[in-house]
Amino acid sequence: MTPEQLLYSKTHEWVHVETDSSGTKTATVGLSAFALDLLTDLVFVELPEVGRAVSAGEPFGEIESVKAVSDLYSPVDGQIAEVNGPIVEKLETLAEDPYGAGWLVKIKVSDDAGLADLFAFAAYRKQCEEESQH
Amino acid sequence: MTSTFYTPLHTPLYDWHVAHGGRMVEFAGWAMPVQYTSIIEEHLATRSAVGLCDITHMSHFRFEGPGAGDFLGHLLTRRIGDLNPGHLRYSLVTNDEGGILDDVLVGHFHDAKAQPFYVVVANGVNRLKLVDWINAHLPKELAQFPGQEVAYWDVTRLWAMIAIQGPRSLDLLRPFVDADLDEMPYYTGAEIRILHPAGRRQGGIISRTGYTAEDGFELILGVGVAPGVWQALLEAARPLGGLPTGIGARDTLRLEAGMPLYGHELTEQVNPFQAGLGFACELHNLDYPGRDALLRLKQQPLESQRIGLEMAGRRVPRQGCMILAESRPIGQVTSGSYSPTFEKPVAMGYVTPEYAQPGTRVDVDIRGRLEPANVVKLPFYRRNPKGKHK
Repeated sequence: MTPEQLLYSKTHEWVHVETDSSGTKTATVGLSAFALDLLTDLVFVELPEVGRAVSAGEPFGEIESVKAVSDLYSPVDGQIAEVNGPIVEKLETLAEDPYGAGWLVKIKVSDDAGLADLFAFAAYRKQCEEESQH
Repeated sequence: MTSTFYTPLHTPLYDWHVAHGGRMVEFAGWAMPVQYTSIIEEHLATRSAVGLCDITHMSHFRFEGPGAGDFLGHLLTRRIGDLNPGHLRYSLVTNDEGGILDDVLVGHFHDAKAQPFYVVVANGVNRLKLVDWINAHLPKELAQFPGQEVAYWDVTRLWAMIAIQGPRSLDLLRPFVDADLDEMPYYTGAEIRILHPAGRRQGGIISRTGYTAEDGFELILGVGVAPGVWQALLEAARPLGGLPTGIGARDTLRLEAGMPLYGHELTEQVNPFQAGLGFACELHNLDYPGRDALLRLKQQPLESQRIGLEMAGRRVPRQGCMILAESRPIGQVTSGSYSPTFEKPVAMGYVTPEYAQPGTRVDVDIRGRLEPANVVKLPFYRRNPKGKHK
């Protein structure tokens, strides 16, 4: 995935939704390069159990840097289908490949209405520029 | 987007910080870099080599006059009149109830005309509070001791301060300073001339002190010469493995060193005995605000005690997290961070004395979930004795 192809939340998660032949939608969620750069010194990521129900706008995990902890928010309703277990012990993957090997969870989507609140790349980049200016 | 009603003050190194990737935050009323590249890298560079940190946000007061030393002794919790030139002393400022108003470092020096003066380095956040406190007490002193004049200046905006900390700090500074730093014991200092890249030597004050548990120095300079000296020191530091460090690393370094920070471990609601700083309070033959209260408090059992915590898991306790034992609240975390040296979360906090023994198992409520922790002896970190001061 290139960053331009993804949708972004206000809280800096990126989302990519794929629909398989049976019509099932799966959302892959990660954290944007901008957010990872802000966090810099990652020390801990907590990811949910597979099977856990998640709701749009609700936390599904947390990410901690030396200075602060942040919740990770789900952009859709659904169920955790897969988690990127290895990154928990290899946090540097997140910053090295945020839109590839650094994905966090895959969610089997039951309701994708939350996607309407997300930004396309250009709008997200604008938000980040504004955030960095103060 | 925090709403502020004032612009944070800029240190003379502000432009340098911004130009070199410093992530600027408001701290104690100043715009300070929390980090340049990474708190962990900057922290580890200080432990292994040398870190340079702009600490101009610290408050600086200069006291002069025949009564200056005694006046400070009547304001602070320790005698100052007997402090020899070239020596520094850690002290507290307490209110009438014995609560901690600030913790300060006092140094006794002589200027170029051999006139003695005292430097009080205080916390940045407490500057205006201390100015008020001094102004409230100085007239009484002058009335009580006529002829023993005391003059003081808040020189915070005139002086820059740079911390040079780490095992290579001596190697770094030796060629810059016209004093025998090798023979300068811990908690002593001197008025020195320091090499400026413009080829001139500039006056300053250096002391073998710090807030990291490493060998190191703190350097006071005029704001005008600070940028040149900072850049020259950094250039010389890089080949040694040194880095500029932000206040993020300063905080993780002092936490590992078990050193309290005002607004965290130290507040007006805490007394020196709870904080483990009873050693900094002279209770006899010295009179200062809070002395009588401290005498009383010393006879009473402590309500709570400062402790260190090592977490079993990876979630990081932060200031304000509740500490529990057997599901009952027993205290609060005052500082917590991931420790770059030990690669796990550590914290300081206050608990009731029955749980303050090292080895006690407690829980910390981190955002609604209990995380097991062990009470440990402070400090978390001591440097290798090989680098010990003489």
